[in-house]
Amino acid sequence: MSAPVTGAVAARVLTQLRRDHRTVAMLLALPTMLIVLLWWVFSDVAGDSFDRIGPALLAIFPFTVMFLVTSVTTLRERSSGTLERLLAMPMGRVDFLLGYAAAFALTAVVQSALAVGVAVGLLGLDVEGPLWLLLLVAVVDAVLGTALGLFVSAFATTEFQAVQFMPLVVIPQLLLCGLFVPRDALPGVLGAISDVLPLSYAVDAMDLLTRPDPGLGEVLGDLAVVAGFALAGLVLGAATLRRRTP
Amino acid sequence: MTSEQQPGSPPPRHAAARGVVEVRGLVVRRGGRAVLDGLDLEVGAGVTGLLGPSGCGKSTLMRALVGVQRTHGGDVTVLGEPAGSAGLRERVGYVTQAAAVYDDLTVAENLRFFARVLGLRRGEGTSAVDRVLGEVDLAGHRDDVVGRLSGGQRSRVSLAVALLRRPDLLVLDEPTVGLDPVLRQDLWALFHRLAAGADGEPGTAVLVSSHVMDEAERCDRLLLMREGRVIADDTPAAVKAAAGVASVEEAFLALVHDAPTEGGAA
Repeated sequence: MSAPVTGAVAARVLTQLRRDHRTVAMLLALPTMLIVLLWWVFSDVAGDSFDRIGPALLAIFPFTVMFLVTSVTTLRERSSGTLERLLAMPMGRVDFLLGYAAAFALTAVVQSALAVGVAVGLLGLDVEGPLWLLLLVAVVDAVLGTALGLFVSAFATTEFQAVQFMPLVVIPQLLLCGLFVPRDALPGVLGAISDVLPLSYAVDAMDLLTRPDPGLGEVLGDLAVVAGFALAGLVLGAATLRRRTP
Repeated sequence: MTSEQQPGSPPPRHAAARGVVEVRGLVVRRGGRAVLDGLDLEVGAGVTGLLGPSGCGKSTLMRALVGVQRTHGGDVTVLGEPAGSAGLRERVGYVTQAAAVYDDLTVAENLRFFARVLGLRRGEGTSAVDRVLGEVDLAGHRDDVVGRLSGGQRSRVSLAVALLRRPDLLVLDEPTVGLDPVLRQDLWALFHRLAAGADGEPGTAVLVSSHVMDEAERCDRLLLMREGRVIADDTPAAVKAAAGVASVEEAFLALVHDAPTEGGAA
């Protein structure tokens, strides 16, 4: 592992992003815009519906956007020959993955800060726990999206195929994470499936942080599960980066 | 038109400088078919041309030399180490047929990034970037985004990356496709300069593939390949003399005609 090389990869990914204005706009503004849209949708409904789903959205959107962007970006790296070139150079696979993860984590910090800022500051979402912890959950969750995106890009040969992984990997997690039906009210089998999906834990953590008197230990436990999945995704991703290919 | 002799460096003598690359019994299968089936060859110093029609296994062989090809038998030794060893990764430069650079970065950003991956420190990196930009004649395009360059310019950016660290072996897969004749001549002159070395530094062994037979005349040595086999391995003059013909293209046809199934001379 080499810190300069990891840094070089991260800096390069950020430079590439910066050059692509539409992707920057999507990465930074889209989650916030969608959260505003949902707040508006619920604005005439009696009760505190937005307070109920707002936290889940703060977990879901960064995860989804990062998954999508990373899977396409790394697929491009695989198909353009630059990945093969890098692996023929003195570059560790870990350097490559950590470089990507660092670049997208940094992007996720800005993205989540915007989303959390708007949700809490403008839309009146009540957060009881510390804001930094809410932000940390959002960032780890975005890194999870990055890790899974890196992993699935190995199984796609075109960008079209990479995009198809989104409904497969993301939407089931979205349906089972407690957004539509609280997780403890799901049928037994679905509840069990929900228990092994990482997004459920990110949503749980967000949810706890908006409740009065959130137990920090429980939040950190959920956060650890999300981080564990992200790490596992990176390890699996490393296994798919092969120096020798057929 | 094609047979300029590189200044200052006589073509390496026959067996004098072999052993940069040694391939023994190399087998590569793809989709149930043997692309390379027990290939033996050696590459020495100087500029070696790997010539043969599209699909004859040139790219597969080159990928095996740089250690990115999954192989199914045989030994590939490069600079005394098994191909793909960690120690070779900064000593072997590799340029794929399609330009392997980032289209959304500028020429200079691409080169600076790869320089850092190759472990060049900031100062070294900057001077290496300036040097290679001159070598591939792209100094005027350093701040252009690669995606807006022509195909020939993009492949020269890709070549420039491989020159950042003076490699001991440079493997170039069809580097001159789509270039105008003047640029092609410049690149061949560059390959010979690299092979000759400078300031007491030993030269870079250069292995260049091409499916254009007239480029053969520019090489110190030739490896003619067909259907995964080497059908000739000698200097251009000797290949032509052996077949009693005036061009490498005719020699290739004569060799194929003499040994339509076997391949033969190695």
